[in-house]
Amino acid sequence: MTLTVTDLSIARGGIPVLQGLGFDLRPGTALVVRGPNGIGKTTLLRTLAGLQPPLSGHITGAEDTIAYAGHSDGIKPTLTVTENLTFWASVFGTAEIRPALEAFELNDLATRHAGNLSAGQKRRLGLSRLLVTGRPIWVLDEPTVSLDVSAVAMFATAVRAHLSQGGCALIATHIDLGLDAAVLDVGPFRAKPRPVTDFDGDFL
Amino acid sequence: MIALLLRDLKLAFRAGGGFGLGLAFFLIVTVMVPFSVGPQSALLSTIAPGVLWLGALLACLLSLDRLLALDWEDGSLDLLATAPLPLEAVVTIKALAHWITTGLPLVLAAPVLGVLLNLPVAGFSWLVVSLLVGTPALSVIGTFGAALTVGLKRGGLLLSLLVLPLYVPTLIFGAEAARRGAVGMDTGTPMLMLAGITAATVALLPFASAAVLRVNLR
Amino acid sequence: MTFSTKANALWEYANPKKFLATTERVLPFFWASAAACLAVGLIWGFFFTPDDYRQGATVKIIYLHVPAALLAINAWFMMLLTSLIWLIRRHHVSALAARAAAPVGVVMTLIALATGAIWGQPMWGTWWAWDPRLTSFLILFLFYLGYIALWEAIENPDTAADLTSVLCLVGSVFAILSRYAVNFWNQGLHQGASVMRIEAVTGGDTQEKVSNVFFYPLLVCIVGFVLLFVALVLYRTGTEIRARRIRALLARERVGA
Repeated sequence: MTLTVTDLSIARGGIPVLQGLGFDLRPGTALVVRGPNGIGKTTLLRTLAGLQPPLSGHITGAEDTIAYAGHSDGIKPTLTVTENLTFWASVFGTAEIRPALEAFELNDLATRHAGNLSAGQKRRLGLSRLLVTGRPIWVLDEPTVSLDVSAVAMFATAVRAHLSQGGCALIATHIDLGLDAAVLDVGPFRAKPRPVTDFDGDFL
Repeated sequence: MIALLLRDLKLAFRAGGGFGLGLAFFLIVTVMVPFSVGPQSALLSTIAPGVLWLGALLACLLSLDRLLALDWEDGSLDLLATAPLPLEAVVTIKALAHWITTGLPLVLAAPVLGVLLNLPVAGFSWLVVSLLVGTPALSVIGTFGAALTVGLKRGGLLLSLLVLPLYVPTLIFGAEAARRGAVGMDTGTPMLMLAGITAATVALLPFASAAVLRVNLR
Repeated sequence: MTFSTKANALWEYANPKKFLATTERVLPFFWASAAACLAVGLIWGFFFTPDDYRQGATVKIIYLHVPAALLAINAWFMMLLTSLIWLIRRHHVSALAARAAAPVGVVMTLIALATGAIWGQPMWGTWWAWDPRLTSFLILFLFYLGYIALWEAIENPDTAADLTSVLCLVGSVFAILSRYAVNFWNQGLHQGASVMRIEAVTGGDTQEKVSNVFFYPLLVCIVGFVLLFVALVLYRTGTEIRARRIRALLARERVGA
């Protein structure tokens, strides 16, 4: 499944942030999104995940193929690690959570309540959710926040395994994951403000 | 869908889930009523159906701001919105979970509290039936209110302001059915209207709730 | 063919710039004619009509009460219509017009409630009765409050427009439902009793019950109130457009463009 983005413009809070963005994401490849803070990386990823509509442009191949991981992991502190994962597995219609637990070394924590996990462990649990979604395109927003070096390596291994199975990944991150990934710098696509005299139907 | 319902129920019953708070509130409100209007049993038995309906309604209202806000804060709603489950189903399940954890216990507790307020014997069955039929509408309407205010930091008070006017028809027909039942009058019309409101809100309002939730998520 | 050109011409006024230019031209006319109608209608009504044989001079509050009540409901209908236009055609002016109309509607509701109470006191010996009509207006007032509060609470203007529009839609259905519920409920309370039948003096029966002496000045007052409402809404929509424009400029400045 190839994700194709053409001439995409997106807005945050009604203000255009990026425009004219286009790229292809083919099976087996990863794309790292870079750009200064506040440029609209998160907005871009949320748009791709279908959480908000684009201002203009086309996104194809995103229907029911994207597993999105944002800043918060959607983890319930009063459920155990297994219960958290099993829930997402059944929502996405997959049965097996073992490989996900193993990939992020969560086996020993499986019966613990997620509220008792450290920030890094929680993050690992959040990322292991990607494996139980069974979806080919991972869209990840700063996935390595609060992960230590070994956990980052775990994550990189999981991404590599996903790519080798024909999946693909779009990752907004500032650290080097050691992946063989193309880099998309969104800086040059910053939206140019329309002239002030242009006082038309949409105000901006 | 079953998984989401089971998770919500589990969350409600675990520590800190808030299960039983609505019930305790219902009890306290009912106990406060004689203190405010006096202990004459004739007066109490006249107002009992209405007071119990109002108490149940307020108890329902009290738990609404947790209905979607917790899932909003920890990012679960974002993830659910990108899951294969349609958002209409998500809000319906949320409303159902709210009804099971709040509405149903209120229905079951109402007769006990009816004893405290000298509810006439004939009124018990009608009180329970009217609450059983009416509380699902309260949960569904409440879910719409919760979806409207989910992105707001202090949405609780606003939520009440938005939801209470929407509760008016349900309250009128529900309390009227219970009141008529208590004095032995015909309850047909209000019960039919109440059932109609519940059926219509359950069938239609989830679409509005999902639509406003989508707006709030973007 | 002609129809579509006509329709397009109408939608052109959804452009804020065109809207502001046009309203600036027509507003003086609306203000002036509203003032003229109200002056004629109220003076005629208050000073040049006879006292009612039964109600005395109190009947003259009808010249404020009926037009205000009429507009209280129709302002909500106008908000419903503009909300639908916003949801379907995404014209910002439409959403802002709904926002602009709400406070006017709330004031009209308050005027209707207050004049009703002042009228009701000498007539029925009570300031307030849970009559279906009065109760419906009280509920309408609550709906207005919720609608305005939601507009105020949400920061992003487009989100606010979307959410309030859906609330207006759902609220309309529930307001109508409440109207029927309240009718049923009060009959339930006072079965067969007709002491407080205010329909006899206002609303539906007005034209039959109120003789022409009262009716013509009332008509002038209603026209005056409608013109005043239109003027207020156009003026306030203009203000909302400018406020929105300022927000946009400030936001642009923040982004550093």
